[in-house]
Amino acid sequence: MNIKTFRIGGIHPEENKLTHDVATKVAELPKQAIFPLSQHIGKPAKPVVQKGDKVKVGTLIAEASGFVSAPIYSSVSGTVFKIDTAIDATGYRKPVIIINVEGDEWEESIDRSDKLETVEAHPELTPEEIVSRVKEAGVVGMGGACFPTFIKLTPPPTAKAECVIINAVECEPYITADFRLMMEHADEILVGVELLMKAAKVTTGYIGIETNKPAAIELMTRKCAEKFGGSDYQVEVVPLKQRYPQGGEKQLVDAVIGRQVPAPPAIPVNVGAIVQNVGTAFAVYEAVMKHKPLFERYTTVTGKKLQNPGNFLVRMGTPMKDLIDACGGMPEGDNKLLAGGPMMGKALTSVEVPICKGTNSVTILSDEEARRKEPQPCIRCAKCVGVCPMGLEPYLLAKLSEVHNWERAEHEAIVSCIECGSCQFTCPAHRPLLDNIRLGKSTVMGIIRTRNAK
Amino acid sequence: MNFILIAVIALGAIGLIAAVVLFVASKKFWVYEDPRTAQVTDLLPGANCGGCGFAGCGGMADALVKGVDAGSIEGLNCPVGGPDVMGKVADLLGMAIANGEPKVAVVRCNGTCEHRPKIAEYAGLRNCAAMHACGAGETACGFGCLGCGDCVEACRFDAIHINAETGIAEVDEDKCTSCGACAKACPRNIIELRKKGPKGRRVYVSCVNQDKGAVSMKACKVSCIGCGKCEKECPFGAITVENNLSYIDPDKCRSCRKCEKACPTHAIIAVNFPAPKPVEPKEEEATA
Repeated sequence: MNIKTFRIGGIHPEENKLTHDVATKVAELPKQAIFPLSQHIGKPAKPVVQKGDKVKVGTLIAEASGFVSAPIYSSVSGTVFKIDTAIDATGYRKPVIIINVEGDEWEESIDRSDKLETVEAHPELTPEEIVSRVKEAGVVGMGGACFPTFIKLTPPPTAKAECVIINAVECEPYITADFRLMMEHADEILVGVELLMKAAKVTTGYIGIETNKPAAIELMTRKCAEKFGGSDYQVEVVPLKQRYPQGGEKQLVDAVIGRQVPAPPAIPVNVGAIVQNVGTAFAVYEAVMKHKPLFERYTTVTGKKLQNPGNFLVRMGTPMKDLIDACGGMPEGDNKLLAGGPMMGKALTSVEVPICKGTNSVTILSDEEARRKEPQPCIRCAKCVGVCPMGLEPYLLAKLSEVHNWERAEHEAIVSCIECGSCQFTCPAHRPLLDNIRLGKSTVMGIIRTRNAK
Repeated sequence: MNFILIAVIALGAIGLIAAVVLFVASKKFWVYEDPRTAQVTDLLPGANCGGCGFAGCGGMADALVKGVDAGSIEGLNCPVGGPDVMGKVADLLGMAIANGEPKVAVVRCNGTCEHRPKIAEYAGLRNCAAMHACGAGETACGFGCLGCGDCVEACRFDAIHINAETGIAEVDEDKCTSCGACAKACPRNIIELRKKGPKGRRVYVSCVNQDKGAVSMKACKVSCIGCGKCEKECPFGAITVENNLSYIDPDKCRSCRKCEKACPTHAIIAVNFPAPKPVEPKEEEATA
């Protein structure tokens, strides 16, 4: 069988899926939960609680403050300690709401039973109703980018959605949260997929899974046949060849339906696809069917030196330190702490950073693994060009950024870079390609924004 | 014979046609250029640094001449040439010029290695902008100097350098032309163009940390904690505290140095004052 994948570029880093077979544990409640107001792309949320207010699990603590924004709900019950600043995943101190945890009392509106709700049993769920509930619940893309989900479900009038693609690729090394979620909540995910398809008014769906997760492919295929066989919906599980960055939206669209998304500002829906993470599908199920806002998520805590790496169902706002301690504590010596995986993750300087909507993993790399090698001169081997999944020329973009030639960098499509890091990973001269490109990309995007504003 | 004649006639004809075309073009596309522009350009230093806000000295000369025609050249100043050059330019153009006080770049961070402990190691591109985008940097202060030298690279006068011992940018006052290139290059807006002050004496807050006092103190021992003592102490109302950060207005400051003594964290620095009693060991270091 010819296994599908995306057309250009890509690499295959060592998988290191250490927690593949570790069943998900429910993480202990933290003593104090920290909720950054900016957990999503777009405007930060606006606090609606004050110091001393009592909150329950699922109480709205901050509301959306613009179109591209998302509300934030408390994941714990207790008292609002203060509205202050704390270091979040950006590495800077940002506004947060801090809640002292007391007991575990949930809002009555949340259905905590395990009963599987089906779409057929709820005829009141029109597409508009689904979108509005998703928006209310503060659901954002759970793969890490944290783009508000409801916006993706209401494409611009110029584009027409034809299918929903569920991103269960998990191509990033180390992370297994999505895999465990599929193994443990396949039925709920499929209801979530059905809700997403209904909301987007399409009848075709795909679930893209890499072949290093045969158990998930087998399970999802079977469940799909059971659930959607004979219905109006056609949902197909698409096994994909292991290749990073297949989990990138544009790469996934190419791999699954063979269409290439044009350069920005085009988005997948311009070629008819709405891509949602498998975690998002689960969150949509819980938000719509169980009236449960987004306040907990599946997160992998992993690292070769960690004693007991594992997968956790964790309440948002839990400091990473609590999870690391639950895995046996920070390994000795110098370590690199990442929010996310080793390819796309963000290095952190504090273990007090809380788990947010987009934290799919906490990865701890040892000094030897993380240390960069001394950069050597570029030998023009063009390996970076070969692996770039966007068809760019990383060596050139890096150089252009280095010499501040923004005009040429824009011409060479620097804004198309998805910052996957394949170029830097593959560079035999260990050149800081992505560091430079990222710098150039943000500068060029700034220039474009100013120009458009005029 | 015939051969040579043809060549002479042909070339002559081409030459004639070209001459006519050139003549017509030179008349048709003639642009008036003020002769003063070239003269002013000659007077300007020719560094093309852009410190005046125009694209090079030619742009500045153009603006000056246009200013004369409009009746005023106020606000136009060549920071590199200073009053000397501007005086000559004013003479040439027959204008009186209100010279702005000379300025100098000031690095508002005193978080040296001993005051601001390292909490992490940054292994990426040695570039302030790249480091700034990754987070607070190697110390816990998200506002202070990163020490990778984006300002050094931007300076065309060799006037700013990273002190290897302190890890902080230092300005060479004699070389600094206050063109502002370093201030633009700094991703954290630490560098300010401040009035040089009488005899180069000036008092300023050498910190831009806007965190609350306890937080900034933890990150750096010489940070401004926004306590407001200086604000109360100042007899001239020159100091304002906003966002947990004090700022001394150079227009109001009379260099009495009361705030310097009041500051509990020594974040306020006075430079180029004679040192009668060496009470502040920081002073030498801060001659940034």
